[in-house]
Amino acid sequence: MQNFEYLKPTTIEQAVAVLYREGEHAKALSGGTDLIVQLREGRRSAKYVLDVKKIPDLSQLTLNNDGSLIIGAAIPCHQIYGNAAIAASFPGLMDSFTLIGGTAIQGRASVGGNLCTASPAGDSIPSLIAHRAVCVIAGTGGWREVPVEAFCTAPGRNGLQRGELLVSLRIPAQPAHSGGAYLRFIPRNEMDIAVASAGVTVTLDGNTITNARVAIGAVAPTPLLVIEASAALIGNSTSDTSAINACAVAAQAAAKPITDMRGTVEQRVHLVGVMVKRALAIAIERANR
Amino acid sequence: MSKKIQVSTTINGEPVEFLCESNQSLLEVLRDGLNMTGSKEGCNNGNCGACSVLMDGRLVNSCLVLGAECEDTKITTIEGIAPKEGLHPLQQKFLEHAALQCGICTPGFIVAAKALLDTNPHPTEHEVRYWLAGNLCRCTGYDKIIRAVLDTAGVSS
Repeated sequence: MQNFEYLKPTTIEQAVAVLYREGEHAKALSGGTDLIVQLREGRRSAKYVLDVKKIPDLSQLTLNNDGSLIIGAAIPCHQIYGNAAIAASFPGLMDSFTLIGGTAIQGRASVGGNLCTASPAGDSIPSLIAHRAVCVIAGTGGWREVPVEAFCTAPGRNGLQRGELLVSLRIPAQPAHSGGAYLRFIPRNEMDIAVASAGVTVTLDGNTITNARVAIGAVAPTPLLVIEASAALIGNSTSDTSAINACAVAAQAAAKPITDMRGTVEQRVHLVGVMVKRALAIAIERANR
Repeated sequence: MSKKIQVSTTINGEPVEFLCESNQSLLEVLRDGLNMTGSKEGCNNGNCGACSVLMDGRLVNSCLVLGAECEDTKITTIEGIAPKEGLHPLQQKFLEHAALQCGICTPGFIVAAKALLDTNPHPTEHEVRYWLAGNLCRCTGYDKIIRAVLDTAGVSS
């Protein structure tokens, strides 16, 4: 592996000072399941690697009394789904965190890292968007917040500016009678990269969908929030097949996929509609529990 | 060259101090620095699980952990699985079920399976298969490995 200096900042101020001073030569390390591979294979370079796991704000995991959730950017997947109260409150997020890599990857890989890696197929990202997650970012000039749907800017690129560090993800409380779900299509049962994916949340009043968020992954340069797909559901019945079809068609219309080794444009457009419908059915079923 | 980093850790119950380069993985430290060659290097990118170890009781790929990250952690490797005399039950069942051929993946499977049984002593076949999905074996076709783990847990398959 290329040589670098290993730093272990214990405060946000220390970390952002180095990130500002060194710019692209400094990289934040949490789980390392992407960064260490990229450094080893020469796909990224770094003079400084900042292990951010000793910074308290990045290692917090808090389910607040009002039902909102704060996930520190360095918290590994297993710690989130291993928390029974959090897992019960956000089953749609757990769909994502339990299928990123295998058991050993989930022991290290952080949600913040999955987001910063900004893969079009990142499994946590459509779920976070559907759950209205917000990125809490520290920089030398202060703090700012960015909704997750605006964080990824291109494959492998995110909106962090020089000297900025993703500190945590803030997820609002889910209203009563809400449910969420994430589904991806892969050609095997486990350990693969999404060909197309969908994250959905709904809020119900009886059988009426009063609110919905539909996000899709692996079908565009970044995961997308599809406002039109969400709008097609709101105000309609959970059994209104024409509304559900309109939602899926809107998601398909928003998809701008590429053909690659995992799938063709046509297959991905088809699949994303299927994933949206199936995730929606699970989200509705969970909202009714 | 950057200066070497001194790391204090516990490996298989024994306090261990080692010096490592900032860019050395835990796997490299174990194999090249501490002469503990039971953990294997397969893919070196987190896909194959041959380098599986426990870090503070949690299953991780040691190729994706820097040696420097191990300060104040407890590491368990394949060398720490068996009792002083004899074999760990998982090792015995792997033998009985012929759950290995070339053997390169076996230390990783044993460590990963131990991590599973430590947290879930009576897993279903489905749970075993998903838990071990990050460990690759190109010889056995997996069935014998799954049977060995289930037999160790006292679960019939």
